[in-house]
Amino acid sequence: MQKKVFQLLVDNTSGVLSRISGLFSRRGYNIESITAGTTADPRFTRITIVASGDDEILDQIEKQVAKLVDVRDIKELRPDNSVYRELALVKVRTNEVQRQGVISIADIFRAKIIDVSADSLIVELTGNQEKIEAFLNLLGGYEILELARTGIAGLGRGTENVTYL
Amino acid sequence: MLGADAIVRCLEEEGVEYVFGYPGVAICPFYNSILDSSIQTILIRTEQNAAHAASGLARVSGKVGVCAVTSGPGATNVITGIATAFADSIPLVCITGQVNSALLGSDVFQEADITGAVESFVKYSYLVKNVNDIPRIFKEAFHIANTGRKGPVLIDVPIDIQNAELKKFVYPETVSMRTYKPTVRGNMAQIKKVVAELDKAKKPIICAGGGVLLSDAEEELRAFSKKHKIPVVSTMMGIGAMPTKDPLYFGMVGNNGKPYANRAMNESDLLIMVGARVADRAVSQPDLITENKVLVHIDVDPAEIGKNVGPTIPLVGDAKHIFEDLTAQEMVCDHEEWLETLAGYRESMAPKRNPNPEYVDPAVFITKLSEKMQDDAIYVADVGQNQIWSCGYHIVKDGRFLTSGGMGTMGYSIPAAMGAKLADKSKQAVAVCGDGSFQMSMMELATMNQHDIPVKIVVLKNNYLGMVRQYQHFTYKDNYSVVDLSGSPDLEKLAAAYNMDFLRLTNMENVDEAIDKFLAEDKSMIMECIINPMDLV
Repeated sequence: MQKKVFQLLVDNTSGVLSRISGLFSRRGYNIESITAGTTADPRFTRITIVASGDDEILDQIEKQVAKLVDVRDIKELRPDNSVYRELALVKVRTNEVQRQGVISIADIFRAKIIDVSADSLIVELTGNQEKIEAFLNLLGGYEILELARTGIAGLGRGTENVTYL
Repeated sequence: MLGADAIVRCLEEEGVEYVFGYPGVAICPFYNSILDSSIQTILIRTEQNAAHAASGLARVSGKVGVCAVTSGPGATNVITGIATAFADSIPLVCITGQVNSALLGSDVFQEADITGAVESFVKYSYLVKNVNDIPRIFKEAFHIANTGRKGPVLIDVPIDIQNAELKKFVYPETVSMRTYKPTVRGNMAQIKKVVAELDKAKKPIICAGGGVLLSDAEEELRAFSKKHKIPVVSTMMGIGAMPTKDPLYFGMVGNNGKPYANRAMNESDLLIMVGARVADRAVSQPDLITENKVLVHIDVDPAEIGKNVGPTIPLVGDAKHIFEDLTAQEMVCDHEEWLETLAGYRESMAPKRNPNPEYVDPAVFITKLSEKMQDDAIYVADVGQNQIWSCGYHIVKDGRFLTSGGMGTMGYSIPAAMGAKLADKSKQAVAVCGDGSFQMSMMELATMNQHDIPVKIVVLKNNYLGMVRQYQHFTYKDNYSVVDLSGSPDLEKLAAAYNMDFLRLTNMENVDEAIDKFLAEDKSMIMECIINPMDLV
């Protein structure tokens, strides 16, 4: 099993996201995360998909997605040539004693405390997936009440291979 | 102009001659507008058959087949027909009426989320939300359906949109879609690679799939094969790409194909797969067609290449253009020995049957029938044992062989033959089905009668769902379950009820006279052939 990050540029039509996710489910492809948002040109949406499978499956994913009428472009975001970011919101149970410990870990990761209550904190962290995993590992000694992750968004580096709208 | 009028105008602009369908309230504005058009409407008796009939018409005419049904159950009934067309890449535009757009999503009477339901069986679908989008959407739909890898497109039109006033009707001359641009011409560098391999090959073979017929590339394939004496086999969907009796044609491959065709494909050193999916029934062991050989895979759909087997040389493009380009190239092709070997296989490996003389032998009957049919006749096989016998024994001269290959939808032959007949009334259209598949579409006898569509129907009657019975014979040691067709109607009386002529053939004694009589006049007729219930394909 390998993992690949695909970047899609699609027509911003109603149902486009369900067409793409439907393709993954009916063909039995594994989707690890999917994020979508409009581009600078509101006619288009950029979608980042993290998919896993063997080489043939990943090749089929690329071709089958490319075949969808709404899809203008699909390309792989190769790790050596791209940046990926994910946002995580973590709600941790903290009493007065624990609070400072969580804040210290957050500081090391340049995470932000965005909500404080008497018995909890919400931490906001942006980074690649490894950074978020590492952060969550360090919080292992605390009780994580709720976790919300966005899945990654990514872009290729430089001006090569830019799909102009 | 109303939205409904605009839809009819769009169909006129696309040169549509027939719409197959079934009205209901949600599609009534459209059926009201079409009264003022020269487009003919055919009232099919169940919606699934509207799509099958449109499919038959599309396959013979090369144009997009059109059907129009109502919302809810009308739309859901048409799904099997759409899925059948999708599996065989047949271009259709299906128009479905929909409830008032303000009520969408509220589960009102006869509401079904049809665009959602057909998502995995259509090439694309539209839900029309603005009446002014109708000309663009129809232009795009016909373009998408009939270009690249062809397929069905569904357009769902809420009733209020059909009744809304259009600002101005302008039918776009060209399609401007940012995202949809199929590759048609093959890459020259890849074509040169194929030529280089053909130069070296001692045992080349072409396996023609349905894509050859869909891109209207029969002439180009035959010219290329003839120029370099390259033998050809076909998949089920590719039957008819070559005339059956062509000395360079070596039959259908696959687990229901000719043993010598499979052997030819497996022993080749260069296999050119064209317009074929390399699916399980055609190639049960994909490794056999990649081992010890160069595999060239030509398909207009890049996703088909490498899906089931990894080719040595992938070549994306339309079969017609690619064969034109290949024929234009010079190459040395010398493989007389290979052709002799294959001719020997054809001789020695021909399947042998031991028919019971008390019944009609479907193999001999089908061969005789197809020999007596006009050269350009259309033969539509249904699904079941009848389909396998048809594939094995029908002789294509200059006509067409149609069947539901991908989905294997029973009941396809009668409505598809009706559509095929309407596409070209000068041609004979013969539907060959079993007594199971006949009963799945026998309501269409009324449609034939009403609209005077002279289709010939052969029913190979064995009182069983023969293909399943055969499977239970082998797999469950004759433990037959739910395959007995007792209770079926008397076809002679049924034919009389629908005002059709009828013939019954109980053995091979008078087979020639019976077939002559069956084919003599251009009017619809049912011919019942009593076959051995225990026969195997």
